[in-house]
Amino acid sequence: MEVKLKVKRFDPEKSKDNIWYQDYNIDIHPSSTILDALINVREEVDGTLGLRCACRASICGSCGMKVNGQAKLVCKTRVEEIAPKGEILLIEPMGNHTIIRDLIVDISTFFAKIEQITPYLQPDSEPETGEFIVSNESMDKLLTEMNCIMCGLCVSDCTVLEVDKTFIGPAALAKASRFVYDPRDDQTNQRLNYLNDEQGGIWDCTRCMQCVEVCPKGVSPMDRIMDLRESAIEIGAKKTHGYHHTNSFEKSVTANGRLDETRLAIESAGIFNISRLIDLIPVGLKALIRGKLPPLFPHKAEDNKKIQELAKKIKEDK
Amino acid sequence: MYDHDLLIVGAGLAGLRCAVEAQRMGLKVAVITKVHPVRSHSNAAQGGINAPLTDRGDDWKGHALDTIKGSDYLADQDAVEIMSQEAGEAVLELERMGVIFSRGEDGKLGTRRFGGQKVARTFFVGAITGSALLHVLYEQSLKLGLQVYEEWFVTSLINEEGVIKGVVALDLKTGELEAITAKAVVIAAGGAGRVFEPSTNALICTGDGLSLAWNNGAGLMDMEMIQYHPTTLARTGILMSEAARGEGAYLFNSEGDRFMEKYAPDYMELASRDVVSRAEQTEINEGRGIDGNVLLDLRHLGKDFIESRLGYLQEVSVEFLGIDMAEKPVPIRPGMHYIMGGIKTDVNGETGVPGLYAAGECANVSVHGANRLGANSLLDTVVFGRRSATKASEYVKTVKDSRISTSEHVEKDLNRIKKILNNKGRFRTSEIRNTMATAMTEGIGVFRDQKSMEYAKKIVEESKIKFRDSLVVENKGKVYNTDLLFALELGYMIDCAESIVHGALTRKESRGAHFRTDIKDRNDKEWLKHTLIYRDRSGELKIETPDVTITQWKPVERVY
Ligand SMILES: Cc1cc2nc3c(=O)[nH]c(=O)nc-3n(C[C@H](O)[C@H](O)[C@H](O)COP(=O)(O)OP(=O)(O)OC[C@H]3O[C@@H](n4cnc5c(N)ncnc54)[C@H](O)[C@@H]3O)c2cc1C
Repeated sequence: MEVKLKVKRFDPEKSKDNIWYQDYNIDIHPSSTILDALINVREEVDGTLGLRCACRASICGSCGMKVNGQAKLVCKTRVEEIAPKGEILLIEPMGNHTIIRDLIVDISTFFAKIEQITPYLQPDSEPETGEFIVSNESMDKLLTEMNCIMCGLCVSDCTVLEVDKTFIGPAALAKASRFVYDPRDDQTNQRLNYLNDEQGGIWDCTRCMQCVEVCPKGVSPMDRIMDLRESAIEIGAKKTHGYHHTNSFEKSVTANGRLDETRLAIESAGIFNISRLIDLIPVGLKALIRGKLPPLFPHKAEDNKKIQELAKKIKEDK
Repeated sequence: MYDHDLLIVGAGLAGLRCAVEAQRMGLKVAVITKVHPVRSHSNAAQGGINAPLTDRGDDWKGHALDTIKGSDYLADQDAVEIMSQEAGEAVLELERMGVIFSRGEDGKLGTRRFGGQKVARTFFVGAITGSALLHVLYEQSLKLGLQVYEEWFVTSLINEEGVIKGVVALDLKTGELEAITAKAVVIAAGGAGRVFEPSTNALICTGDGLSLAWNNGAGLMDMEMIQYHPTTLARTGILMSEAARGEGAYLFNSEGDRFMEKYAPDYMELASRDVVSRAEQTEINEGRGIDGNVLLDLRHLGKDFIESRLGYLQEVSVEFLGIDMAEKPVPIRPGMHYIMGGIKTDVNGETGVPGLYAAGECANVSVHGANRLGANSLLDTVVFGRRSATKASEYVKTVKDSRISTSEHVEKDLNRIKKILNNKGRFRTSEIRNTMATAMTEGIGVFRDQKSMEYAKKIVEESKIKFRDSLVVENKGKVYNTDLLFALELGYMIDCAESIVHGALTRKESRGAHFRTDIKDRNDKEWLKHTLIYRDRSGELKIETPDVTITQWKPVERVY
């Protein structure tokens, strides 16, 4: 079938803003992957096209890029899946990474974030011979995180990283959870406290689900981050806006069956956090002018009772 | 000026295991790698790693014998003994570093059975063992603060009067050529699968290390021993791990027969790889295949089992062929997978060239002989990766100063690269590579004979000339010029292909993976020998045939 590719190109040697889109029309087997198509371009049409790829079997993590705006491993994305009728495929480098040339991005910031979470096992003592004896279930659970191949797709499409470069990010946090829940590691609390307190830690995630969506290995980084939040609260790490926010959210919904946004904003900041509260005043005034200020005394939802029951059930199920 | 005690070329399992050891010994170590460490091809290993653990009722002699029988008696038995004896500790140490191995009820590491072995002694992490191991060794390298030249490509070794003193390398991100000196260099640059088409190997497996060593006086041994894996996915050539058969999968032909009954009644699907691949190819050649494939059937294992123990295989089968293995058998065929041959080393990684060591798939110790057992390669990388660090560190201590004048060496490679870039030829790298690699599969395949091997040799010779005289590289830039990179890799691949065809033409018998339809029998009288090829500066080949080391296992007929 004919495949139409529109590829974002960048050549740093011509000039800093030498970016252009180049069209390639090629003929390939319908069940080919997008990587097959790009290799075909590179081998037969344009040897200057730059991209990374190695295993062609979705295990090395080299070929992350954006296809029609969403990050994908192109080796496991078939052309006919995305463009069944031969529609144009827009190919761009991953987001939240500096571009080196064409589709090749600088991965050093990605790996710097990984290093930030002390990414190795830290047991207090290890057996001198033999192995650690731990249950298979505890290990099996870690296999989800272990599946991570550090391809960077989750980081590429992370909406928090787009605005906040300090966010440790989905991949590194998922990696952190791999150690937090490893029964052989003895730094669990230190790790959790760090992830909780550090700027850019677990509370920065906005739960937009992008990372879950694009992860090619089912790691579901956001779910790992939520696990970490819960564990942080469990060990008593409660001095964060994030914790107050969650707490206030829950209280408001269980009490009134709906969200009390005024209270949520104030409680998230912390009732005694004067400077944060002052920061909130302009936001409140703006909302007032636009008629968007939530009522100071919230109404109760009509089927409040049902919601309360639901909340109770969720708590019990835990 | 970059200078180290020990420089390791390659950040796969062999390179990183070597680096961790050397770093622990207090040497000034650096690793140089053309891809980020976790992108190294070791990540593709699926099925597992072998170790005979005594507390599981196993013993090293059992593993050694299976390995030697698997090798069709071409492995050097002293080397196999060392590997089998050190295996247990090597694997347990990986666990202690953090590898999340699958376990049994008692909380200890669990096993699965692999081909060519009578007992289950393969330790594993689902179907992502290599990735799990590589990521953990990478973690250890971070813990130890290992210096890594990441995305740097070695273009040559610095050789002063036969002594290796470092490398010249291209920093891919800047395009600058630099010298890195070291008291010793370990080559752990992986396999050469791309010399063949198709292959289960990554596009980066281009035999660079083999060629670098060969061009600096080291010998390449048993290069004709090319492993064709019995189960590679139809059309894509992606590997379906032996773990599938280890966990109980069957092979069927188009007539619905479990054909392995005919070829290996005892071991059935779990005979050695060369045996199973030949059986499949025979079925296909005799008309009992399905579009050039046979079927791998896992249905009786059940969906839950498949997904928990062989998740990656299911993923690949669904994603690439749209087949749910719990519901339908998958079409598979033999595909080029591994090179048993490599840089000749002793059991400590020494190549015989002062300052030069080798470990991993690019080395030939020789523990795999004419056919490697599944899950023995990962073992080879960690055992001999570690041992080469130990030996190299002794040598490092004897070298006073490694800093030398390097401009001449850099200049030489600079000129070579200029020449390639300025060449106004008409063949793209890919065209030469694809023609050669296809011919290699035809000529040095599952079955081969004099004629087919001569054909491969002719194409390799033609490729060499095309590469020299008529290559064209379109991209003339510096920053991440993959076009140039592939051209340099092609040079390495041609060297590998040359050594393979000459190894194959030298061995006048059939043994393991080297099966000649014109001389079908193994000939222990004349060929219990390695083929060992050297090439001098003028390009002249010198071929030797040293004896295989036999310790306690006399060669007997090999039946499965
Ligand atoms: C699909 C697949 C599945 C497998 N499954 C198993 C299994 O289950 N069990 C088993 O035992 N074995 C298995 N094998 C074999 C095993 O994975 C490999 O033999 C082994 O991992 C090789 O490791 P290595 O460290 O020698 O090389 P690699 O991991 O290939 O590393 C080579 C390194 O060298 C570097 N390098 C190469 N050339 C240069 C250069 N010019 N300049 C700078 N750096 C360079 C690369 O960047 C890389 O870091 C499998 C192989 C494949 C292909």
